[in-house]
Amino acid sequence: MGLFISILSGAIVYAVSVMYAGIGETFSERAGIMNLGVEGIMLMGAVAGYITAVNTRDLALSFLVVLLTGAVFGLIFAFLTVTLQADQTVCGMAMLTFGTGLSGFLGKDVAGVAANLKFQAFSIPLLGDIPVIGPIFFRQNLLVYAMYVIVPLSLFYIYKTKYGLYLRALGENPAALDSAGMNVFGLRYAYVIFGCTMIAVSGACVTLANTNFWSPGMTAGKGWIAFALVAFSSWNPLKLTFGALLFGFISCLGSNLQIYLPSVPTEIYSAMPYIATIIAFILATGNFRKAHTAQPAALCKPYDRESR
Amino acid sequence: MKKLRLERKTSGSGFSVFLNSVLFTGVALVVCGFIIAAVGFNPIEVYAKMFRKAFLSARGIRKAIESGLPLMLCGLGVSIAFRMNLNNIGAEGQYAVGAIFGVAYVLYGPNLPGVPGILALACCCFLGGALWALLCAAPRAFWDVDESITTLMLNYVALILLSYLCLGPWKAKGQNMGQTEKIPDAFVIPEIPGLEVSMAFPAVIVIALLLFFFYRYTTSGFQINVIGKSPTAARYAGINIRRNILLVLGLSGGLAGLAGFVQYVAVTGRVQENMPNNAGYTGIVIAYLSRFNPIVVIIVSILFAGLQNSSATVQVMGVPAQIATMMQGAIMVIVIAGDFFQRYKFVAAGKGGKA
Amino acid sequence: MKEPVIEMRNITKRFGDVIANENVNLSLYPGEIHALLGENGAGKSTLMNVLTGIYKPNSGDIFFHGKKVSIKSPKQAVDMGIGMVHQHFRLIPPLSVAENVFLYMPDCKKVLRQKEMEDAINACSREFHLEVDASAKVWQLSVGEQQRVEIIKLLYRGADILILDEPSAVLTAQEAAEMFRVLRSMADSGKSIIIISHKMNEVMQNADRITVLKGGKVEDTMEAADATIERLTRAVVGEREFVPQVRQNHDLSEDVVLQAENLSVKNDKGLEAVKNVSFTIRAGEIFGIAGVAGNGQKELTEAIAGLRKAEKGTVTVRGEDLTSLSIRKHIDKGVSFIPEDRLSMGLVPSLDMSDNIILKHFGWEKFSRRGILKKKMMDQTAEEYIEKYDIKTAGIHSPVGLMSGGNQQKLLIAREINGNPSLLVASYPVRGLDIGATEAIHRILLEESAKGTAILLVSEELDEIFQMADRIGVMCDGNMMAILDRRDADYDTIGRLMSGEQL
Repeated sequence: MGLFISILSGAIVYAVSVMYAGIGETFSERAGIMNLGVEGIMLMGAVAGYITAVNTRDLALSFLVVLLTGAVFGLIFAFLTVTLQADQTVCGMAMLTFGTGLSGFLGKDVAGVAANLKFQAFSIPLLGDIPVIGPIFFRQNLLVYAMYVIVPLSLFYIYKTKYGLYLRALGENPAALDSAGMNVFGLRYAYVIFGCTMIAVSGACVTLANTNFWSPGMTAGKGWIAFALVAFSSWNPLKLTFGALLFGFISCLGSNLQIYLPSVPTEIYSAMPYIATIIAFILATGNFRKAHTAQPAALCKPYDRESR
Repeated sequence: MKKLRLERKTSGSGFSVFLNSVLFTGVALVVCGFIIAAVGFNPIEVYAKMFRKAFLSARGIRKAIESGLPLMLCGLGVSIAFRMNLNNIGAEGQYAVGAIFGVAYVLYGPNLPGVPGILALACCCFLGGALWALLCAAPRAFWDVDESITTLMLNYVALILLSYLCLGPWKAKGQNMGQTEKIPDAFVIPEIPGLEVSMAFPAVIVIALLLFFFYRYTTSGFQINVIGKSPTAARYAGINIRRNILLVLGLSGGLAGLAGFVQYVAVTGRVQENMPNNAGYTGIVIAYLSRFNPIVVIIVSILFAGLQNSSATVQVMGVPAQIATMMQGAIMVIVIAGDFFQRYKFVAAGKGGKA
Repeated sequence: MKEPVIEMRNITKRFGDVIANENVNLSLYPGEIHALLGENGAGKSTLMNVLTGIYKPNSGDIFFHGKKVSIKSPKQAVDMGIGMVHQHFRLIPPLSVAENVFLYMPDCKKVLRQKEMEDAINACSREFHLEVDASAKVWQLSVGEQQRVEIIKLLYRGADILILDEPSAVLTAQEAAEMFRVLRSMADSGKSIIIISHKMNEVMQNADRITVLKGGKVEDTMEAADATIERLTRAVVGEREFVPQVRQNHDLSEDVVLQAENLSVKNDKGLEAVKNVSFTIRAGEIFGIAGVAGNGQKELTEAIAGLRKAEKGTVTVRGEDLTSLSIRKHIDKGVSFIPEDRLSMGLVPSLDMSDNIILKHFGWEKFSRRGILKKKMMDQTAEEYIEKYDIKTAGIHSPVGLMSGGNQQKLLIAREINGNPSLLVASYPVRGLDIGATEAIHRILLEESAKGTAILLVSEELDEIFQMADRIGVMCDGNMMAILDRRDADYDTIGRLMSGEQL
């Protein structure tokens, strides 16, 4: 029973750390902008938060810096893809390289330095005491609790509000939105910046919640898993949640099994989430029988008023 | 005062693309200078030291060529895929698997002497990279599964596999580091007499020239070009897109696999746990900056390798080695931004045209 | 006399050196249907884009209810009550009808209430006799229904001035008649309507007034009652002598080239678009397919060219069954194809002429040997084509995307008839081309048929079909309604068949 609880609560922690990025990317892609640089921006968020934590010992301020870092990267990315209409794949790769390099460069002074400052897990009164459910869901850190609210909110926003209606239209047919008098460029900027900010929060989950240290490249593909999850979940935050939980489960299963089956090389466990992602991704997005795709029709297509 | 506004222009010539890239690389260096200054170093001092070490000595250039070899092959491999709009982000993993296949051949393969042995080893590495890429090419060709995610995910799997082998079964005896035994001398590629540069360098140049010829003058290259520019037209023209996806990703992975070969045979002599060391990702940046032109890939690779080598020299000053990756990323971001001026030009407002 | 709702005075619009509109005057009165008639490129769409705020005119004024206004954006136009239904609908397929309409409502409630929205749309659609299910997703609707959604979108926002760009182009005859009936009732209730068209009959029957544009200028404005075909023709094509090349009647050979039997083909949505169609084409024959676009012609031609799988039936070319063979095999067996979408399918716009010439034929001995291209031969062939077909280009190495539509089409046809095909499938070969290019292309097709090539010609212009074809097949809703000899056919019969009437 203890093992079961520890795997599940670990799965949630893992899932949340990719879900911020996943939801951010979902909004960005629904607005028609694909951001391949998730991993790089996540690393930037992670390092920016950690540097601030080490230097100021102020968690709230650190988190604010994380948000700001994400926003700045979002601004750069939006400038490249929306204003300059550059190829989104190439820009994503550029952000990836730049973010990875810059995070390593800036983080040199805090690599290996302990901050001893993070989002601590705390038990929610009453709820935390429910057997089984309590320890799994309600003895987590603040970022996890926030996610409990963000998922339903984003669902409501996308499917039930007029802004969500605009968002869905934006990724399908920006020209339609433009002729309705909406500012396509402004909206795309907003969603890209929001998306990058959420991606940066995923980075903060890594350095300021799940663990509490910094080393270059420490997100180890989480950004990419988040990116894969978005397509895997057909751009729906609810499905994204299930996908993320599944990966969290697989990943925690491995690290827990290690204790019980020491003869199996640990490498197999560490490779499991990646292999699972590939298989799930192929199963979810392959058109084995020419299926109807949910991909926003205008994804990756820059909007240019003149050429419509 | 006259107002300026943008007007679309027809695509620029090769030369203006080149000039533009050089100009914006300069801008990127200035931006990086500010970042370096922000961290507390004197950028001019850092740049001067890097430049002196990497490019102003024969030894520096030799080293740049040597460590540029795997970058060239990764860059060439990525280019061929990108030319057909296939996002092969998996050069890193294909490189690693190429190296793994190489070691396997040395350990378990037939003992061929001399040049045939080296060629057989190269083929083996090529095959490793190609097979690894085909794992993603097949789902793409048959089920239209996006290759960027699958190729990337396989990088992590390949690196885990490599580190397992280097730390486990293939670990050199009496070593602390995760690396294999030194390669038998029979496999080592000799140096060009008098130049102290491995014969692998001219071999890579030959590959680049062959690719250049392939793109321009062969029906296969033509088909790749057409698919990359317009898949609808390619289908209409009866071009077998599936076969070309398999062929191109296979070739792309194979070339990245050869990066494992040159590093193993011509540079380190061993396969190490962290061997690709981002070369696969750097290859993407190189491929883009070279606009997928194989000859330019060679030159940019040498420059990037020099940059990477010089980052080691400034580490003494306390500058982190990631300065190289950061500069590469910044160059890519800013050159992309600069490409805008290839597509648009400023003209004085009021001279006809659209509002 | 009533006061016009819109008056455009001396509108001039230039794109670079090209003048799209020159000193155009247009007035629109409340309650009238005003037709803008003209050929493609006469400046109709540009003028309407000026009115809807997409383009800013270089000079000229617009008066709205007598007051001078400057329309700066599509949104401002919509706020003034000017709305346009574009030829390509601006709908969002995954969203429902109601969501598509409310997307355009500035005072749409922050939280969406599906039920309320749908009720409101249903009420609106009943009021204007525009039947459509508000809860359906747009991708499930027929083209006619989608057009109704576009109109509801404007009406619901309170538009008083509706502009429709070629509204009947995508409709069957009955659907078009129904639409014009609805438009008339809207005009009667005080709304003003502009229809852009190039069909003279349609305009004469349905409009109150007609303005003819030619070369960016107003050629003539008249009451529909005063219009005659002769007067309109003169205004549209000018005084230039127009001698249509009418194909000589001649006896056909007995040599069957194409035999399509019981052919059924599905469209991209998985619905049956071609239903059990059979016909043959003999050597030297031009077989015309008449019908409103979107009635299965695209799927039929693609199935014959091998680009689309036939669900049922066979396609035989010169006695050889090609039904399940690859596109490559079709090309090798001498099936040439001029697709309707020349720039996205038939040519690669960013490649040069030499490359486009070998697009299908790179494997030919003429152009390559053991996989190596013969660049000299490619260039030489390009020069030959320029000479032979009078293609105007900046050079054989400039991207074909920069050439004009007519020259692109000449290049495409030149490539397709090179190598003496047995069968040439030509989909809308002159769509969007000017008269000069149209004549040139028709001449090439006639020459080709004289050489013994079987030609399948798809067109929506009856004039073209009657000029060119030996036999005419009429398609409606995926069915081959009838196959007639040109000599036995007349416009009226074909027209009725096109709208689905049985003979």
